[in-house]
Amino acid sequence: MDELVNKRINEVIKGNQDAFGEIVSLFQHRLYHVCYRMLGNPQEAEDIAQEAFVRAYVNIHTYDQKRKFSTWLYRIATNLCIDRIRKKKPDFYLDATVPGTDGLNMYSQISATGDLPEEEVERMETQERVQYEIGRLPDKYRTVIILRYLEELPLQEISDILELPLGTVKTRVHRGREALRKQMGNM
Amino acid sequence: MNTCQEPVIHLMHAYLDGDISRQDEQMLQAHLAECPHCREMMDELKMSALFLKSAAPVNAPEGFVSGVMARLPKEKSQAGFQRLLRRHPLVAAAALFLMLMSATLFSSYSNNQQFSFTKQPNLVIEGETVVVPAGEVVKGDLVVRNGNLRIEGEVDGNVTVIRGSKYMASTAVVTGTSEEIDKAFDWLWYKIKSTVKEVFPSSKDEKKEE
Repeated sequence: MDELVNKRINEVIKGNQDAFGEIVSLFQHRLYHVCYRMLGNPQEAEDIAQEAFVRAYVNIHTYDQKRKFSTWLYRIATNLCIDRIRKKKPDFYLDATVPGTDGLNMYSQISATGDLPEEEVERMETQERVQYEIGRLPDKYRTVIILRYLEELPLQEISDILELPLGTVKTRVHRGREALRKQMGNM
Repeated sequence: MNTCQEPVIHLMHAYLDGDISRQDEQMLQAHLAECPHCREMMDELKMSALFLKSAAPVNAPEGFVSGVMARLPKEKSQAGFQRLLRRHPLVAAAALFLMLMSATLFSSYSNNQQFSFTKQPNLVIEGETVVVPAGEVVKGDLVVRNGNLRIEGEVDGNVTVIRGSKYMASTAVVTGTSEEIDKAFDWLWYKIKSTVKEVFPSSKDEKKEE
């Protein structure tokens, strides 16, 4: 697998764009999945995952072939997701009116991202609930939890992706798990 | 909240990460067996982890790859040729050969607009006309480019006039072949012929004998 990827990368470096298409096919689902879990929105996930591949293509010469390609790719994608999340935050004010809704303000829209009443959470299906609970985690725990439990990556690889010391990754996994336990109460 | 929590919680996480020594694990199990509070917490943590693992993988939507490809910056033109080279090496080689060949030939035809001729000791130049004076013998081939040639004496070799005209006086003698080249096609033909002659010297000798 790695050998095939490196072969394709060398072709891309020589200027063959079609070879990059194969790389995208190989990694599209994994990368989209991470973005989807980070952002919780299919359109944004598609946009960011595609942007991650474009950045990888443009910067392909900076990729060190002695390392794992997926690690490098995940790093680009998680950085883009975190940027997007941070940019989104001050993007709206709760009492600003939502355009085209005749005076509805952001409080009425908050259900999309904020906490929901308990009965509503209990009515959710498992898949919906998973995404909801992940979305409630603070960014820095969310990233490691997604990589650890949804992508099932080893801690060392997560440390390589996020360029954080292994100890920090462990602490974040612990805190993330703890936060999840608390926010879910007893199921 | 009981006092045993902090170090035990640490062990719980180490256990969940599969990052625990046998000794620590035994310690943890022993503690869990006698502490219902910690046992409950351990169960909740396990549940959270299991819950996360129940997340179904989500696939990228249809057309994701083509979407990426459409967003890539434009391919360098060089790559298109490389692809042709890989798929049809022979066609590509032939195309490249013809391209370079015709490019060099035509450019040398049209770029050599200057008057030039083969340097021979006893030639006389009158403006753009090269004269082989009467009674003189020029040994070797004579080529005149973008100029005229007037032969009154003798040339012991081939005579070629490229884009110019040739006048032969009644006294003129040319032992080899003599030709005038005026069009690009003739030029090409001449170039090919002279290349062949260089490559196969024997054919040149044969021509002389004819």
